[in-house]
Amino acid sequence: MQDNKHNQEKQTTGMDRRDFLKVAGAAVAATTVVAGCSGDDKANQHSTSRKQEPPVGQMTYRENPKTKDKVSILGYGMMRLPVEGGGSGREKSDAAIDQDMVNRQVDYAIEHGVNLFDTSPAYCQGRSEHATGIALKRHKRSEFFISTKLSNFAPQTWGLKESKEMFENSLKELQVDYVDYLMLHCCGLPADDINGKTLTGMEAFKARFIDNGLTDWLVSQRENGRIKNLGFSYHGDQAVFDLLLQWHDEGKYHFDFVLIELNYLDWKHAREINPRNTDAEYLYAELQKRNIPALVMEPLLGGRLANVPDYMVAKMKQRDPESSVASWAFRYAGTPAGVLSVLSGMTYMEHLKDNLLTYSPLKPISEEENTFLEGIANEMVGLKTIQCNDCKYCMPCPYGINIPAIFVHYNKCINEGNLVNSMMNERYAEARRAFLVGYDRSVPRLRQANHCIGCNQCVSHCPQQIDIPAELHRIDDYVEKLKRES
Amino acid sequence: MLRKIRMMAAALCFTLVTLLFLDFTGTAHAWFGWLAKIQFLPAVLALNVAVVLCLVLLTLFFGRVYCSVICPLGVWQDIVNWVSARRKGKKARFSYAEEKKAVRYGVLALFVVLMIAGLNSIAILVAPYSAWGRIAGSLFAPVWACGNNLLAYVAERANSYAFYEVDVWLKSAPVLVVAIVSLLVVSVLAWKGGRTYCNTICPVGTVLGLISRFAVFKPVINTDACVNCGLCGKKCKAQAIDTKNHTIDYSRCVMCMDCLENCNKSALLLKAGMPSLKAAAQANASESKQECGAPENAGRRAFLVGAGVALAAAAQAQKNKKVDGGLAVIEDKEIPERNTPIVPPGAFSAKHFAQHCTGCQLCVQACPNGVLRPSNGLMTLMQPEMQYDRGYCRPECTKCGEVCPTGAIKPITRAEKSSTQIGHAVWVKKNCVVLTDDVDCGNCARHCPNGAILMVESKDGGRKIPVVNTERCIGCGACENLCPSRPFSAIYVEGHEMQKEI
Repeated sequence: MQDNKHNQEKQTTGMDRRDFLKVAGAAVAATTVVAGCSGDDKANQHSTSRKQEPPVGQMTYRENPKTKDKVSILGYGMMRLPVEGGGSGREKSDAAIDQDMVNRQVDYAIEHGVNLFDTSPAYCQGRSEHATGIALKRHKRSEFFISTKLSNFAPQTWGLKESKEMFENSLKELQVDYVDYLMLHCCGLPADDINGKTLTGMEAFKARFIDNGLTDWLVSQRENGRIKNLGFSYHGDQAVFDLLLQWHDEGKYHFDFVLIELNYLDWKHAREINPRNTDAEYLYAELQKRNIPALVMEPLLGGRLANVPDYMVAKMKQRDPESSVASWAFRYAGTPAGVLSVLSGMTYMEHLKDNLLTYSPLKPISEEENTFLEGIANEMVGLKTIQCNDCKYCMPCPYGINIPAIFVHYNKCINEGNLVNSMMNERYAEARRAFLVGYDRSVPRLRQANHCIGCNQCVSHCPQQIDIPAELHRIDDYVEKLKRES
Repeated sequence: MLRKIRMMAAALCFTLVTLLFLDFTGTAHAWFGWLAKIQFLPAVLALNVAVVLCLVLLTLFFGRVYCSVICPLGVWQDIVNWVSARRKGKKARFSYAEEKKAVRYGVLALFVVLMIAGLNSIAILVAPYSAWGRIAGSLFAPVWACGNNLLAYVAERANSYAFYEVDVWLKSAPVLVVAIVSLLVVSVLAWKGGRTYCNTICPVGTVLGLISRFAVFKPVINTDACVNCGLCGKKCKAQAIDTKNHTIDYSRCVMCMDCLENCNKSALLLKAGMPSLKAAAQANASESKQECGAPENAGRRAFLVGAGVALAAAAQAQKNKKVDGGLAVIEDKEIPERNTPIVPPGAFSAKHFAQHCTGCQLCVQACPNGVLRPSNGLMTLMQPEMQYDRGYCRPECTKCGEVCPTGAIKPITRAEKSSTQIGHAVWVKKNCVVLTDDVDCGNCARHCPNGAILMVESKDGGRKIPVVNTERCIGCGACENLCPSRPFSAIYVEGHEMQKEI
């Protein structure tokens, strides 16, 4: 409530860093009110038992200004569900989803206060909604909120009929008769049409959602109660984001929430790293102006903010030896009061427990800590890692290349200081070996970057808008250089 | 004492030469590569006058120490013989046998004729060093590589880069068969008759035997001290000591010095003496009825060999299984039919190469890019040829020329290699993905180390297609290997009979 009022006061202005921190301060108050106990005292008591079991009943909640739903600040992303034999359903399409484990983790999450579950018809090669439905069916419908998406990526599904079927099928798979949060999935991302022609982010958005009358139909579904909140998830082309908010202002379409990418790297550096992306600072401020709550994705950047170079780990651990590196990113993403929930795809129980500890209750980032994280973000930009979040939307590459595995290996080598450009470097021999031997270990030879022919078929699928062939060729050139300098 | 020194030197040489065939990192070659180059037949083929002269002088002074110390196949026979002699009642199982002149010189003559006639692939079957190379390369190297892969597996989990995985694959079935047969024949002969192979079949043994007859230092029986116990003759694995007449056939004596230590009366001494023709004459006098033993232990050895092969096959299967769901299936490349086979840079010409290569497989083992493998062609059987289905001849690598002991592949520098044309690329229009898949490609042009491939707009103004400037192409196969078209590449290398500088 308090942060809500605060937001209304702030509606007309953009948001700078100071505002961000004021909001953060308000969030502390909100936490205290909603959690119903003295956050600080409890946190202190629990500080001795941190890294053990997360406490029950201390989850931080945020209020949806429209429905007054109390939504847990931690949302369970169902995109990386565990499969039998280990790993997640994204990498292993042939392994069955480990439903027992999904059920256990969902139960555990609900027991510890999580009430938002986010899925999509596209996740885990189309198996996520089904598994989510089974796990949630075992709980009372009033105990949880479901968020899913209209993921009509394939041009064959761009028609109104096919898209309607996709929504109806979501209800069926999830075994529910209404959805709490429904999103137009990946607005702003380019796509190839049925003839293989690449459409810009704006063209693709219109083809998928507007020209076919789909958004109008979804609005009608909101009116008849089958969709409680209608929003969109945003990637890439800023013009699409601006247009949607313009329509919101004009009253053409009202959006109840928006899913954006927000983390301490993307806050100020998203555009700097990739000119085709938009800074989270701008996106969040635009939503705040209109009092539209934000759902947050990529709080960890696909694990990149958990897997940072050793010297950064040391800095974070020095400040708070008992907290995980990931917890910094989660606290950051949850701190702005306009964030309704932070979605995290948790494959393993350890991830879930760690996040529950971070958010039970949330200890917002202080001004001083914010400066510290800005420093870390600046250093990360300097690292020149590839902004791949290992989402695997680019896969499968028709020529067999394992694109995310190559990027993950490259980033790992940067983080471990094994990317050296000069033979004069005293660590050259060691780093060269680590890069080349590690490369063969992480990626089979036939799936390495030298097999990328540059057909560009992957480019339009990347939510980070990475110029994948160019990056692969750059890595290949580096590998070639290492090999020749033997 | 002399025997101990001989054994230690032999063990060292044997281990190191064998290591040359096992080590894929190049470390062993950097230190001990010369051990392959002082082998007799390779030195002769390489026209390495210094080495040949040294070996001749060595034999002229000390007899056939080459056969006991330097030759790995000879040492292997000593090992087998040593095991065989540990059986009960088999300690002194030999007796003097006459030299089998007809076989010895017959084989040598045939060998020389075949080599001159260019039928190396048949001749080299009996060449000792290359026979050992085929055995070590085909039978021991896969086991070594599997052991390495096990260490690599552990290292990967320990986050260490000390070991890396290597491919274990069957490079050529004929060579494997030849290696198994060679190992069986040589081992069975050694088990039954000691140095029978060296003294009846081996052409190098025969040649050195011609010289060692006149050796300066050699064991001599002191008839004053000899009590005619006959022990030296029974323990002589060369079956060269005629105890009745107190003579030794120095053409067959491999200078193992066993007799010197076996004699209880110290009646055998190493003496310097003028070359004696008497002994040679003596050796010619009588006949013998030496037999090649039936392979009674063949079963067990075949089993061990089979197990080794099975192990390699299992490792191969495991490698193929590594495909997960989110990835497109990649078809294996098929080797195109080449009108002219490709031989490594530094081989000068197909003819020079065929005449000098003994098929020892040292270059095949050393090739880090999986390019070299034994040919299955009749005239060039077991001699290496280049194929680009697993890798290509990378610009920084000059390994094969460095290790080749026979001069079949001359050592060349990287600069020389980058300007040595061993073949040229040919575009196969019907396979090119630019046309079949309607996509932009150019992977061949991007990876050509010599910039010999250009992407040009096709006449109908469509996507760019590759064209080859054969004047700049050296035939390294980067284009063929990295071409996305599978199983047949849309660009392949046609070999040249004569290599030339561009």
